Amino acid sequence: MLNRRLLLTAGLATGTATLLPKMAWAAADTDRRFIFVLQRGAADGLGLVAPTGDPAFASVRGDLALAAGTKLDSLFTLHPAMAETAKLFAQKEAAFAHAVASGYRERSHFDGQNVLECGAGHPYGRDDGWMNRLMTLLPSGERRALALATAVPLALRGSVEVGSYAPSHLPDADAGLMERVAMLYAEDEQLAPLWTSATQTEAMAAMTESGGRGGAAAGKLVASLMNGTEGARVVMVESNGWDTHVNQAGRMNGLLQGVDDMIAAIRTDLGPAWSKTLVLVATEFGRTVTVNGTKGTDHGTGSAAMLFGGGLASGGSVMADWPGLAAGQLYENRDLKPTMRFEQLVVDTLSAHYGIEPEKLKRTVFPDFT
Amino acid sequence: MTSDIAIAANRFGLGLRPDSKPIGKPADWLRAQIDRFDPRPAAMTALPTRTTLIESLQELQELQRAKKADAAKVEDETAMAENVLGKYRKSLREHYAQAVDARLQVAVASETDFAERLVHFWSNHFAVSTDKVVVTALAGNYEFDAIRPHIFGKFSDLLKSAVKHPAMLLYLDQAQSIGPDSALAKRVNARRDADLGLNENLAREILELHTLGVRTVYTQTDVTEFARALTGHTITGLARGPIRRLVDGNMAAGATVFVDAIHQPGSRNIIGTSYTQSGAGQADAILSNLATHPATAKHIATKLATHFVTDTPPPALVAKLEADFLKTGGDLKSLYRTLLSAPEAWAAGPAKFKSPWEWTVSALRALNLKQLGANKQGPAALFAQMGQPIWRPGSPAGFGDQTKDWAGPAALMRRVETAGRFAKLTAGRIDARTLAPTILPGTLDPRTAEHIARAESPEQGLALLLVAPEFLRR
Repeated sequence: MLNRRLLLTAGLATGTATLLPKMAWAAADTDRRFIFVLQRGAADGLGLVAPTGDPAFASVRGDLALAAGTKLDSLFTLHPAMAETAKLFAQKEAAFAHAVASGYRERSHFDGQNVLECGAGHPYGRDDGWMNRLMTLLPSGERRALALATAVPLALRGSVEVGSYAPSHLPDADAGLMERVAMLYAEDEQLAPLWTSATQTEAMAAMTESGGRGGAAAGKLVASLMNGTEGARVVMVESNGWDTHVNQAGRMNGLLQGVDDMIAAIRTDLGPAWSKTLVLVATEFGRTVTVNGTKGTDHGTGSAAMLFGGGLASGGSVMADWPGLAAGQLYENRDLKPTMRFEQLVVDTLSAHYGIEPEKLKRTVFPDFT
Repeated sequence: MTSDIAIAANRFGLGLRPDSKPIGKPADWLRAQIDRFDPRPAAMTALPTRTTLIESLQELQELQRAKKADAAKVEDETAMAENVLGKYRKSLREHYAQAVDARLQVAVASETDFAERLVHFWSNHFAVSTDKVVVTALAGNYEFDAIRPHIFGKFSDLLKSAVKHPAMLLYLDQAQSIGPDSALAKRVNARRDADLGLNENLAREILELHTLGVRTVYTQTDVTEFARALTGHTITGLARGPIRRLVDGNMAAGATVFVDAIHQPGSRNIIGTSYTQSGAGQADAILSNLATHPATAKHIATKLATHFVTDTPPPALVAKLEADFLKTGGDLKSLYRTLLSAPEAWAAGPAKFKSPWEWTVSALRALNLKQLGANKQGPAALFAQMGQPIWRPGSPAGFGDQTKDWAGPAALMRRVETAGRFAKLTAGRIDARTLAPTILPGTLDPRTAEHIARAESPEQGLALLLVAPEFLRR
């Protein structure tokens, strides 16, 4: 079954290749990879990278003030569940940005995620996502993006065609049916491109053994879909469950362990390509500085973002213009005050990664951000 | 007329079956369902009651607690405890799978499928998600008990019923929220230097998702005030810590109760209105006002039109629904009648891409399949594979309701795989060439008919019908 599908899609791929001119990018430094991990639900930045050097921290954070972990510098300590990340930080392959937020200042998950994904100045300000706009800056032969999901999330939607992949345990459709479906959709503007993309991605994923469950398995799957000359160059992964209103300590531990495992697996399985890979992990907003009545935290504002990569310019640093946690230093008397815009972090990091002039990148990727 | 029949059956219903009774006048056929709807079908009443479900959750929690306490015990005892725990977890998943089966069975057999669609719509509007273990066992009961019987009543009654069901109180953490100045908090916090207090999760989502809608008339202060007013609402049987002793008493497990000792005393001010009531009456008064607020009318009108008609509904249609909602104070029957009378709702051409749930139910109806066959992949697993695990949207906003949420490459591949599997279950008994015009009256594209006619087997023809563009859309 698998082989028949591979044959069929190999045929499709050949057909496509003859239509496209071979790009001259292979010799140039353009086979860079970018992975965006969106932590949906508002991840707690103060739990991830704790400002243990801030004199107010221990008292305002109470029971959730991090006790153990890896010292990153005089101000910050990394959560102990992130053991692999700590090693990468020491090797300058990991970095953090703190007190980060998009321009969104309310506390709705759904509006917050919308702004983070479309990159507009306000919720529902744009129909396309910043990752899709980034694709327009890449050489056309390198514009292969993939979402690890059944449908394409907003950040990746837009004018550049994008694939999606989700591991399936359903029995494969037979090759005969797949061919007929291609004919059935030939004249449907929406379904024809979706189907072409689906068959190509399915063929690529068929070559990997990974089921995609758990952090390490997800990392292996991501790497397998990005490896090779035909692999995806831009991938988006969604990570759920960060809305820790209750008993945050235990849940954060498991969630961060998952991210740590995933990054380690991506690094191992990408092999030499890791040196040309950038991973950004970010969330829609942060959580309250103080603990709520149920050992958790409620929706807040500033949070932290993570960066990984074999050639990370900012590796080994925590980038922060620290606003402080003492009374009077908080946003609306409850949240970490954002001092860095998420959009600026993306512009700076991606322009260094791709060697694109920052102003140019910003105009295209975040046209509403000035 | 033929296309109006297709619109009634597909846009507003769950699709035709080969043996469907003639629809007659499409709008009348839909309106008549309001009175013919069965709120408590046998497949659902046969399921375990809320009390039984909560009791099994209680047992699970006790086992988990015992396991923690016994961590030091000898290894074989730990292994045994793990074994028992595994069995309980399995039974929770079985409760969930049974409820999904019942939901599917009722939807596939329904003669009032417009009403079923409304149940699914409201269940998603007031979404809970089985990411939390307790919700796994309770989600079916939530939809069948708290949503289903209220879809033809007042919106305020539906709202109160939904937010006070244990599944919602547990999902959005209300059951554990305690007024910081309540009698209990004062006593415990003083004695143990503890910090019992508020959790604003449910309060925020009621304002943002269930009633007024995001970016409307409320502020962070309103969220916090509302969270204070809601304190006191908790449930028997699963409460933890100091609340446990206050609520368990002699009541059956799984009842929603109001406990004055954890309610934040005093009057509250929310969106310019002062609420001086004491006890449970305070939150009820707030919920009643929220339920009829103009922002709520607009929010519900937009969502209902988006669900049934098109991703970007015509403003005139939304305005009609909004006006009706305001005029009747949220009478849902009247709201649906207004929707069905609006010419905008009957605009020709498919405007919506079916969700995996809608597509699967309509496919099973088209093939007259009562079940998915003797297969270890039951319905619950199938919907997860297709990208819409039932009652697990992953967030209180529920599943998305637009084309972009469902029309993805991998999602399409899953439908083709599933169509192939469904077609095999018919074992060549159905001729897709005659079925196609029956279930797609007036909307079957001649090119699709041609592809079906040229299929290499009856099964392949059926699979092609199920994934045809006009069957994927409604």
